[in-house]
Amino acid sequence: MIADRSPTGHEHDLLVPAPARRLPQPPMQHPQPERAQPQRQPKIFDAIARNEPHVTETHEGLAGEEAVLEIERFNLHYGAMHALHEVSMRVPRGKVTALIGPSGCGKSTLLRSVNRMNDLIDSVRIGGEMRLNGDPIYAPGVDVIELRKRIGMVFQKPNPFPMSIFENVVYSLRIDGERDRSVLERTCEDSLRGAGLWEEVKDRLQDSALRLSGGQQQRLCIARAIAAEPEVLLLDEPCSALDPIATGRIEDLIEELKGAYSILMVTHNMQQASRTSDYTAFMYLGRLIEYGPTDDIFLQPHLRETEDYVTGRFG
Amino acid sequence: MNELSTPPLAPQPDRTQPARTVRRRNRRRATSLFAHGEPMVWLTGGALGLCLVMITGLLGLVLSRGLPTFWPVPVLELTTHSGERIGGEVALVEAFRPEPEASSEGAPAARPELEERRMLRTGNYDLTGVHFRWVPEREVASERAPEWILTIERLEWGRFFGTPTALDCDGVRTEGEPAQVWQAFEAAHRAARETWRERRAIETNDIGAAAKIKEQARLAIRDAQLRYGARSSEAEAVRQQMTTRVAQADAELARAGEQVERLKALNTGRTITLTTVDGVQSVIALDQIVRAFPANRLSWSDKLGVYASRVREFLFDEPRESNSEGGVFPAIFGTVLMTLIMSILVVPFGVLAALYLREYARPGPLVSAVRIAINNLAGVPSIVFGVFGVGFFCYWIGAGIDELFFAAKLPSPTYGKGGLLWAALTLALLTLPVVIVPTEEALAAVPRSMREGSYACGATKWQTIWRIVLPRAMPGIMTGMILALARGAGEVAPLMLVGASKLAAELPLDGTFPYLHPERSFMHLGFHIYDLGFQSQNSEAAKPMVYTTTLLLIALVVVLNLIAIWVRARLRRRFQGAQL
Ligand SMILES: Nc1ncnc2c1ncn2[C@@H]1O[C@H](COP(=O)(O)OP(=O)(O)OP(=O)(O)O)[C@@H](O)[C@H]1O
Ligand SMILES: [Mg+2]
Repeated sequence: MIADRSPTGHEHDLLVPAPARRLPQPPMQHPQPERAQPQRQPKIFDAIARNEPHVTETHEGLAGEEAVLEIERFNLHYGAMHALHEVSMRVPRGKVTALIGPSGCGKSTLLRSVNRMNDLIDSVRIGGEMRLNGDPIYAPGVDVIELRKRIGMVFQKPNPFPMSIFENVVYSLRIDGERDRSVLERTCEDSLRGAGLWEEVKDRLQDSALRLSGGQQQRLCIARAIAAEPEVLLLDEPCSALDPIATGRIEDLIEELKGAYSILMVTHNMQQASRTSDYTAFMYLGRLIEYGPTDDIFLQPHLRETEDYVTGRFG
Repeated sequence: MNELSTPPLAPQPDRTQPARTVRRRNRRRATSLFAHGEPMVWLTGGALGLCLVMITGLLGLVLSRGLPTFWPVPVLELTTHSGERIGGEVALVEAFRPEPEASSEGAPAARPELEERRMLRTGNYDLTGVHFRWVPEREVASERAPEWILTIERLEWGRFFGTPTALDCDGVRTEGEPAQVWQAFEAAHRAARETWRERRAIETNDIGAAAKIKEQARLAIRDAQLRYGARSSEAEAVRQQMTTRVAQADAELARAGEQVERLKALNTGRTITLTTVDGVQSVIALDQIVRAFPANRLSWSDKLGVYASRVREFLFDEPRESNSEGGVFPAIFGTVLMTLIMSILVVPFGVLAALYLREYARPGPLVSAVRIAINNLAGVPSIVFGVFGVGFFCYWIGAGIDELFFAAKLPSPTYGKGGLLWAALTLALLTLPVVIVPTEEALAAVPRSMREGSYACGATKWQTIWRIVLPRAMPGIMTGMILALARGAGEVAPLMLVGASKLAAELPLDGTFPYLHPERSFMHLGFHIYDLGFQSQNSEAAKPMVYTTTLLLIALVVVLNLIAIWVRARLRRRFQGAQL
């Protein structure tokens, strides 16, 4: 369970030829004597295995940031399965926050909780609270439809709708009943430009979106997500189905979107996390283990477990 | 394959027995060839081949019997040894074993040899009382094809074969050589038919309209009497008002009747006199002749012309001679209209039901039970639906409608009997599972990721269904519709109970308000086939028509399906390249 997909980061290392901006260094090169106690390594994971609570190690670097999304002591159960334990984190505005962690640790679950996609699953039970720009997400009486319109989401697999490229991009406007052709066209162009797809598709907007390549489809999905001008953009492994070149494009795109949008992104690729994100959160078995600026998490994490995970010496 | 089954890294057993290993491998290879499924290929391929043979056999039979029906065949004159002369078209040739001749000694007679015999369509039913006659080959002394014998198709009494001797038209008599008479015939026949058509138009349109006005007036009076009481002043007012209308209609009727009489009189003087092969003279009114041609003098192009003219009559005319001759247009029309109404009823209904089952209903034992019930509905014999249709639609709902809206017409029912609407509804019920099952499958096949993408954009459930799920499931829904069309167009049993009729006086769609008459009974090709083949007085003559009508029904179903498949292919093209 713990190590079933842990070397994923390495697989991607082989695929991505570009050198990482900040390669994680081997831990012995900058020893941190105050935390380098060998007996600590099994401690947290053991404690978690014994189902003891874990207090997230949150770095000071986050303190100055204004939060767009606040998650407070969030718990989630799939039936009897406790998938998220007391997760608390503040996602800063205008920055890219990466969620990393081994497969099955609850990253997607956390992401899907933000726009309440888990409401679609009957067995889900929720505890704790989330706030989007101060507005509660889980309070009774919240209009889920309105809430989702404020949050954009891009899924692991590209999921264009069975309609034209144009209609795909303006989908969220269409469901709001927007009929003004000029508004739709402007939004379509702006969003496609924002997603770096405009030049490739501007002559075939009426073609079926399903005929685009996988990478184009994923960028189309990003265009669709930003067409509604969301307050937060959730990306769930947006590059996992793409080749290195398409991955590079999407990473550039994330770079460009940064600032205008607040992005919360799941990735299995350590290099991607270190290249594109400003903050990184490490999750393990439904707990948020450590959360801080990406540089700190990759270069000088406070916890030995985090260090092992980001360097791939995990398990 | 075999290499895989022997782990390459397995420890070598014994280096001293290499031969054994090899032999074992060989044997394995042989078994694996068997397991490869060579025999299964033959078995499955053979089964498919058998299916194809049966289907092509069926189509071939229908085609080979159905297509030549309208081809004009020569008329023969056979003279028997006894001197009798028989004329007609050869309908069938077969080998038979004659009855053994009774031997006086009581010894078992030798088994007679096989002989040939021909079935002649002798026609001239009004003279002889038979349509067909078997003529054994050994009785034939001589045979010839008289050059000028005419094949005459009549409105009544079937075909007539005879050589023309005289023609009367508007007081002019043409007599003498058959060639001369035939020449005069063509122009005179055209004129007579023109007059006849005029008369028919007056009879159906003018007289029909006047009769309808009278009937409406009667109903209005009855309605007023029912509503206000028989002796009330309102009823009296209506009665007076209607009396004038009835008088007008009567005048119209009289005028039309006069015209009909005039046209009739015009045509009484137009006749042709023919002599049959056995020398009987017969006079036939020209306006009773649908088509006539000298069968033994036809060139290829003439034959093609006759063929085309018969096909045109078949497709676009009304039936005559208790359906065994003439056209099947009302049946084509009824079949298509009924099938279309059925699809319009069943597709939205089935799609809505499938949507609820798949999208809204909470999965559980109840939903499973409903689904099983729907699947089983597809296996219920169709006659059961017919019985239900009669009991529920005709006698219950229809009778209720009659009580409420058509009380004046009672006791003759309007909706309380079989009709187009009830037939379409019954078939819609019958084909409901055929629509629901593929639709549900298509809905289930819409990828979850698409729905989630839509929800993530802030779409409601209904918006997601309407904009994402339904368009994506459209080809599957079309599949359901195609299956329903095919099933519905070919179904006969329930229709016999809920509205198909042997002969419908009026089409269910016409120019009189409200144009579509869902209460009328209608003709249906499937029922027509049954009626022709098994209910007809003259089943031998109807036999070729059975095949032709079957061919037409198949063609119709194929055309309806092709249209639907074409639409589906167009829809599919939109989802091309969808890997999700
Ligand atoms: N619909 C569901 N019903 C029940 N359990 C679920 C459901 N979805 C996820 N889980 C469980 O919740 C846990 C967290 O799943 P989640 O998909 O969030 O993992 P993840 O971190 O995104 O993994 P990955 O990196 O492989 O995508 C897993 O143990 C998973 O089995
Ligand atoms: Mg995931």
